[in-house]
Amino acid sequence: MIVSLMVFPFIAALILSMLKPGKLRDLFVFASCVLIVVTVTAFSVSALCNGRNQSYLVETQLLDKGMLLAELGLMGLVFYYSFRHKQYYAALLSAAQTLPIAWMELSGRSAEGGSHIVVDDLTVIMCMVVGVVGCLICVYAVGYIREYHKHHPEYKDRSSFFFSMLFVFLGAMFGLVFSSNLTWIYFFWEITSICSFLLIGYNQSEEAIRNSFRALWMNLLGGLGFAVAILYSSMVLDIANIQDLVTLGTGSQTAIIPVILLAFAALTKSAQMPFSRWLLGAMVAPTPTSALLHSATMVKAGVYLLIRLSPALYGNLAGIMVTTIGGFTFFAASLLAISQSDGKKVLAYSTISNLGLITACAGVGLHEAVWAGILLLVFHAVSKSLMFLSVGAVENSTGSRNIEDMHGLIVKLPKLAFVMIVGISGMFLAPFGMLISKWAALKAFVDSKSILLVIFLVFGSASTLFYWGKWLGKLVAVIHRSERLPDKLEKSDWFSIYTLAFLVIALCVSFPLLSTYLVQPFLVQMFHENLAAVISSSDLKTMFLMLCTIVILPVMVRLLTFGKENKIVISYMGGANSGDDRHFTDSFGQETSMYLANWYMEDLFGEKKILRPSLVLASAGLIVLMIVAIGGVI
Amino acid sequence: MQIMIKVVLFLILAPVLGGLLSGFDRKIGARFQGRQGPPLLQPFYDLHKLFSKQSVVVNGVQDFLVGGFFVFVIFTGCIFFAGGDLLLVFFALTLAEVFLIMSASSANSPYSAMGAQRELVQMMAYEPMMLLAAIGFYIATGSFNVSEIVHTATPVIAVLPGMFFGFLYILTIKLRKSPFDISTSHHAHQEMVKGLTTELSGNVLALVELAGWYEDVLLLGFVGLFIINLEWWSILAAVAVCILCYFLEIFVDNLFPRVKWDKMLGSTWLVTLVAGGINLLVLTLVY
Repeated sequence: MIVSLMVFPFIAALILSMLKPGKLRDLFVFASCVLIVVTVTAFSVSALCNGRNQSYLVETQLLDKGMLLAELGLMGLVFYYSFRHKQYYAALLSAAQTLPIAWMELSGRSAEGGSHIVVDDLTVIMCMVVGVVGCLICVYAVGYIREYHKHHPEYKDRSSFFFSMLFVFLGAMFGLVFSSNLTWIYFFWEITSICSFLLIGYNQSEEAIRNSFRALWMNLLGGLGFAVAILYSSMVLDIANIQDLVTLGTGSQTAIIPVILLAFAALTKSAQMPFSRWLLGAMVAPTPTSALLHSATMVKAGVYLLIRLSPALYGNLAGIMVTTIGGFTFFAASLLAISQSDGKKVLAYSTISNLGLITACAGVGLHEAVWAGILLLVFHAVSKSLMFLSVGAVENSTGSRNIEDMHGLIVKLPKLAFVMIVGISGMFLAPFGMLISKWAALKAFVDSKSILLVIFLVFGSASTLFYWGKWLGKLVAVIHRSERLPDKLEKSDWFSIYTLAFLVIALCVSFPLLSTYLVQPFLVQMFHENLAAVISSSDLKTMFLMLCTIVILPVMVRLLTFGKENKIVISYMGGANSGDDRHFTDSFGQETSMYLANWYMEDLFGEKKILRPSLVLASAGLIVLMIVAIGGVI
Repeated sequence: MQIMIKVVLFLILAPVLGGLLSGFDRKIGARFQGRQGPPLLQPFYDLHKLFSKQSVVVNGVQDFLVGGFFVFVIFTGCIFFAGGDLLLVFFALTLAEVFLIMSASSANSPYSAMGAQRELVQMMAYEPMMLLAAIGFYIATGSFNVSEIVHTATPVIAVLPGMFFGFLYILTIKLRKSPFDISTSHHAHQEMVKGLTTELSGNVLALVELAGWYEDVLLLGFVGLFIINLEWWSILAAVAVCILCYFLEIFVDNLFPRVKWDKMLGSTWLVTLVAGGINLLVLTLVY
């Protein structure tokens, strides 16, 4: 099953790249998605029943050779694109990491031993996230991309390539989470980097190409860190897989160099500051790409690696580096999100900020912090993909993804507005998922006595509240006499959106199960100790009560207003309305239309104001901490 | 069972207390201005009148959202007075506030939309201090639960003076007192009509008023939490401190002119960072 999960998406991708757009291809996409979801489910069930921790493949001479070839192929691909677009630094970065690895492998200096594939509870969780959320996004992509090319006739229809890249991405993610050998992880890591580069540059516009190269060089820089980590651990420490590295690194300084380099790679992949700009640039791509990059794959690969490393991050400089960067990113990105009106950009900043929180949790390296981090990862994947898909759907229906244009969406597109309300609530309100994990994170930060993190978290979550709150306000505005817009979405789109909305709500009820059966066993194995429930059962009961209250709220409100008939009037405009609630008579006696805008506070939180200082600050912090940590050992 | 009694007591007593506080507020405010002022029970008469009036709304979802606000404010109070988790109290209060903001935004009215945005800024301003105060309690007493916090040997304020000051500062925002009553105000001199509640009237407005009373009691309960400990007299001390704080807020309300939102946000965050942050730092070093 593992092999089929790792190999099947690649085969599907190969077939898809040859199919022409049309019914057949769509059916093939649906069928592949169903197959992947079924396999993932079967795999998770069997892993749960048959005990965890299986490891496979100790001897893999032949496979390693194949991978080496493929890696050189990837390097060739980067060379091709960078020469074509005259961005030579990308080629340089790629060569600088691939060639030493190749030399190490060919000259037989690489460390051997240990299994190449290890399955534990974290793998199962990641598989479910990648499989279910990833496939829902692929299903959505079928309808979306057709509509996308209708709206943008100027772009060449390369949708078959697009789908095959989506599946390569899923395959690489499966490979990444199953692998335990560092070289293997690195191989899949590189595939995701290059895949995201190709997906971001999908429509071949100038902006897309510029942004895709930015994503490429930042991720290749991370890849370089990864490669050096492999070289070091192989040749100096004689360690080939990540589990051994973490065991060695826990409580000792010997493995700090590879650990810090791997953490550096993870920070680039998770778009932490100062590398946040590639994720923002990724918005030029069609929405399914952003959804995939932001929720189920790519950025999650980075935090996944950090969670794996977390015991080795506890109480050392590598951990301090990761928590500082993560906490700072959480705070700065949520401030930056305030000044944005582009829906996708707000989502992008929110992703960066939430990933910062997960990063910080992993960096703390304590049991309950990692618990919060894993739950954040799951909740974020589901809520964020829901948000991306609905913003994409709104864009296809109304032609704009600006939040200002979503004014009155509850009247224009009630169904979409409703799922967006669910998605936004899922991002920051009690009793939904993200808040629960933020709560646990806060507790963990306090327990680990990291004051800086606590400060970042309280201020960051206040700003989070602001930008989600004003978005909610836009959605629910009811304008008189506005028309409902035609529903342009296809059935498959609705299927994805509704399933994700259902998952957001279902997870908020069922997360204790997730915690008991998957997260806790994994943590016990990782930290060798049991932990009392992070959130007590009485709190869980209260939150369940809250959820029930929300559900029966309509009935309660009926009771509260005693069945009185309300009188409906138009809104107050100082008595100067001219007939409806959109126009008023101005001081010249002329009819003027009213426009209600949200606050963006550009002077305080604008990109111009705080983006550069925070990038500089983050870079300085990163460089100084890395030098101090590595220098301390040498 | 005990929890049930506490909840029922809160449900019945809080509005009485809240209404009296509001009457007290109006009386004192009038005396500041050299007026006689309305009778102490005037808020109850007002509320009764509001409830008996027909509500004029601008759309069909407004009263639903206000209902959500009302229910969750009470829910929050119940968690607090039943001895629940402080963080959960704040999260539930946030949910309630979001309902109110949604109701104001749903009206598509210039005044209430502006009020909603300002209310969001207010929330952004006070939220960090609230969370920090809860964290302070946790470090000082080892628990987030109100029922366990009240069982300390010494009053918590002894180790949380900075937090207490910071909390008093944001209390001005929460009680909608000048200089921070920017989203809606009970003073007549406001440039944006009634802000957040412009489009509410009749029994729907009455719900907002009533919820406000519940909220005031909850906030004073939080002030009292700084004082209460195992000694019996600490309850009297807590009541005295609450009254004193409320009086202080009325005093500030009548003394200071309203500030701009950026002043409010900046100063609140600064106070939070300095008073709350330093207190937290010292606390972590000691415990």
